[in-house]
Amino acid sequence: MNAANPGKEGVKEIMASVDSIATPKISRISPPTNANEPAPAAGLRFPLAARNLFKWLVPPVMGLALFISIWAMVAQGNPTLPGPLKTWDSAVQLFSDPFYRNGPNDQGIGWNILSSLERVAIGFGMAALTGIPLGFMIGRFDFLNRMTAPIISLLRPVSPLAWLPIGLLVLKAADPAAIWVIFISSIWPMIINTSVGVTRIPQDYMNVAKVLNLSEWKIFTRILFPAVLPYMITGIRLSIGVAWLVIVAAEMLTGGVGIGFWVWDEWNNLNVEHIIIAIFVVGIVGLLLEQALVLLAKKFSYE
Amino acid sequence: MEKYVKIENVQMVFDTKKGPFVALRDINLNIRQGEFISLIGHSGCGKSTLLNLVAGLTTPSNGTMLCAEREIAGPGPDRGVVFQNHSLLPWLTCFDNVYLAVERVFARTESKATMKKRTQAALALVGLSHAEHKHPHEISGGMKQRVGIARALSMQPKVLLMDEPFGALDALTRAHLQDELMKIAADTQSTVIMVTHDVDEAVLLSDRIVMMTNGPAATVGEILRIDLPRPRERLAMAHDQAYHEYRSEVLEFLYRRQLRPAA
Ligand SMILES: Nc1ncnc2c1ncn2[C@@H]1O[C@H](COP(=O)(O)OP(=O)(O)O)[C@@H](O)[C@H]1O
Ligand SMILES: [Mg+2]
Repeated sequence: MNAANPGKEGVKEIMASVDSIATPKISRISPPTNANEPAPAAGLRFPLAARNLFKWLVPPVMGLALFISIWAMVAQGNPTLPGPLKTWDSAVQLFSDPFYRNGPNDQGIGWNILSSLERVAIGFGMAALTGIPLGFMIGRFDFLNRMTAPIISLLRPVSPLAWLPIGLLVLKAADPAAIWVIFISSIWPMIINTSVGVTRIPQDYMNVAKVLNLSEWKIFTRILFPAVLPYMITGIRLSIGVAWLVIVAAEMLTGGVGIGFWVWDEWNNLNVEHIIIAIFVVGIVGLLLEQALVLLAKKFSYE
Repeated sequence: MEKYVKIENVQMVFDTKKGPFVALRDINLNIRQGEFISLIGHSGCGKSTLLNLVAGLTTPSNGTMLCAEREIAGPGPDRGVVFQNHSLLPWLTCFDNVYLAVERVFARTESKATMKKRTQAALALVGLSHAEHKHPHEISGGMKQRVGIARALSMQPKVLLMDEPFGALDALTRAHLQDELMKIAADTQSTVIMVTHDVDEAVLLSDRIVMMTNGPAATVGEILRIDLPRPRERLAMAHDQAYHEYRSEVLEFLYRRQLRPAA
């Protein structure tokens, strides 16, 4: 169909200012098949399963093993850096009692992780509540797009921690300031991906809306929202990644209870094992958040 | 009604970066109620443009267009559209895709149960009752196109507009759907305007074939009335002298009189 597509010009503007819009293509792990071979007879099932196991399990395990052995070697030559075994022992001890409380500055690792997650949840949640509707409006109304494009391209590249002083100044407390930093640094991917999603809705779908004469509400619930959902989830995924990345740094500066502050505290105690454990904890939590959203995205892809 | 769809001196000019582009000029066409019309012409001559005008997706730069004696001012449920690429919403099941249209037209006057029956009837009409709970990606291209037709028919439009509805299908599926379309059009007494580039399709299905000249500034070149008795049998047509004469006449127009300059 050749109906005019208003707003296209505006999209380009926003897109030009955005260097990395992640498309919501989800790389699926396709079931491993072997094209060269005929379907395996019942008796051959097991070797095939074994080969799959080899393909999906052995390389990652080898990678991890290599990483740990390099770590061990570096640690051997450098006595201040604890090796894997020492760190493991320390981790076992640490996680045997994750939820103790000895005053405000000495709490279990579990509390620290939960406090950080809570800040991320609040800051990110507020960002989602403002960013996603804003993204829809920017995508739908070209005027708004042109209006906000310069602000977004100006503010988006600002380093997250540069927002901290403003937060401290205005909010006058460390905790809300940390949440503010999360909010302001995680809002951009959601605004941008949502608005790009809206402008990329195939003209065909909008033509369907037109020939069926759908109401604005039906257009939103039956066409706009489902069509934008994959883009939105990509935005959310990127945002959560940013939020989790930023929280450690923000907490190092603001103090209180949280994984970032904990790292700083352990640095002051010169407990290097704990710092290394914290790195792993941050990595694993980040990985879990990411995976949860990849699963969510898969659920909402219509291919 | 003799002039059910009435197109008078219609001109369509697009604003492009290189200035105004006259796609259509001096289009005059009257369509009887229940008539089956094919629009045929070389690619890019403006067939889709004309169909979109009747659909109300675009408005003409000049001229008047009436449907059932009312001016066409935007899309409406009295004109059902079947898109070339089916345009089903991938997140809805076949049932819900059709229901969306049914609901739009009948929600004011009918109960949910009646609308449900309507939806099922429309799917049954195109032989897809078994697929009502499937999503578009789970069915074949021919089935998707049939759901698109069911969606358009379910609104009980006065006019059915189809833009190369079978263009993307393989020959066997296309033949099958053409036969079904002939039956449906006869049963429902629909007025149909169909864009096609397939000469056999045009002759087999149409009461009149509107042949368009090449663009830019394309217009109606010739109108060929097909006086073959209905119901028409695909196989019988293969040996029908008149059929072949009509066919050569269209080919003559397309390849002698409107031969596309080498692109
Ligand atoms: N929205 C538009 N803006 C500018 N030119 C257009 C637009 N839509 C169609 N055209 C031009 O009008 C002519 C007819 O197009 P179209 O109706 O799609 O042809 P057909 O369907 O017969 O292949 C083409 O030259 C095309 O480039
Ligand atoms: Mg076309």
